[in-house]
Amino acid sequence: MNGEPLTILFVEDNPDHAELVMRSFEDHRVANQILHLADGETAVDYLLRRGKYSDPETSPRPHVILLDLRLPKVDGIEILRIIRETEEYRTIPVVILTTSHAEMDVSRAYQYHANSYLVKPLDFEKFTKLMDDLGFYWLGWNHYPWPQGS
Amino acid sequence: MILVKRPGRGTTATLDILLVEDDQAHAELIIRCLENHPLDNRIHHLSDGEAALEYLIPKAGGAGNRPNVILLDLRLPKIDGLEVLKQIRATESLDGIPVIVLSTSKDEADVKKAYAHHVNSYLVKPLDFATFTKLLDDVGYYWLQWNHFPGRILGGGP
Repeated sequence: MNGEPLTILFVEDNPDHAELVMRSFEDHRVANQILHLADGETAVDYLLRRGKYSDPETSPRPHVILLDLRLPKVDGIEILRIIRETEEYRTIPVVILTTSHAEMDVSRAYQYHANSYLVKPLDFEKFTKLMDDLGFYWLGWNHYPWPQGS
Repeated sequence: MILVKRPGRGTTATLDILLVEDDQAHAELIIRCLENHPLDNRIHHLSDGEAALEYLIPKAGGAGNRPNVILLDLRLPKIDGLEVLKQIRATESLDGIPVIVLSTSKDEADVKKAYAHHVNSYLVKPLDFATFTKLLDDVGYYWLQWNHFPGRILGGGP
């Protein structure tokens, strides 16, 4: 399993979902850094290092991105497209975490090389279990294409 | 009829998994851990890269197979796993299928090449049996229970 801390970029506009996800990450994996952004435009600013996100020291390249689809200002699929077209980010694992299980959304996400597509369970306990399994998998087992902890 | 049995399965009641693995002991362990995790899955096991491409890639007058997910070793006889991955990604009928590399190699060059060819996840086989079993258990929960898989993607890709 990975021993080094990972940086997770988490793009989610629903404050309840965001809080649940943040809490679940903090409970189990203290060493990891999770950055939460609440809309699509801010996510694009972060990724393209615009404005207050211009310093790579304070706005590091994430190891993994957790991305909602229905976002204010810039849609999740559009963010995914930008990630895949930006040389620095094109190999970053992107996990979609959304309420939509529409076939069209699933297909489009994989078309733009989403690494995985998850649907938020409506039930609180299931959501917590999903977050646990997601944490074990992406923060524990998966290997990333560049050094960790850097 | 309701086919939705649990979160990640969509309308697919049974998942088709292709396992490409030349180490017989590893293959047996993987099959044992994943085939009933927790519902029945169909695992098709092939032992070399050439057999995998024959199984997947459509030939003139015939269709190739389209599993829901592919577990791929890298050091394979005949055709290497990275080449298999590259050809999967170049085949339209296999668009969007999640490919998970499961290899003994944690060589940085292998990891980078796999991601450059759009691997969905890269896993390194743990050396000890108990940890390997735990990894497979977590793979089962994550990919077979939660992940949603695409149907055939139609139309032009990016």
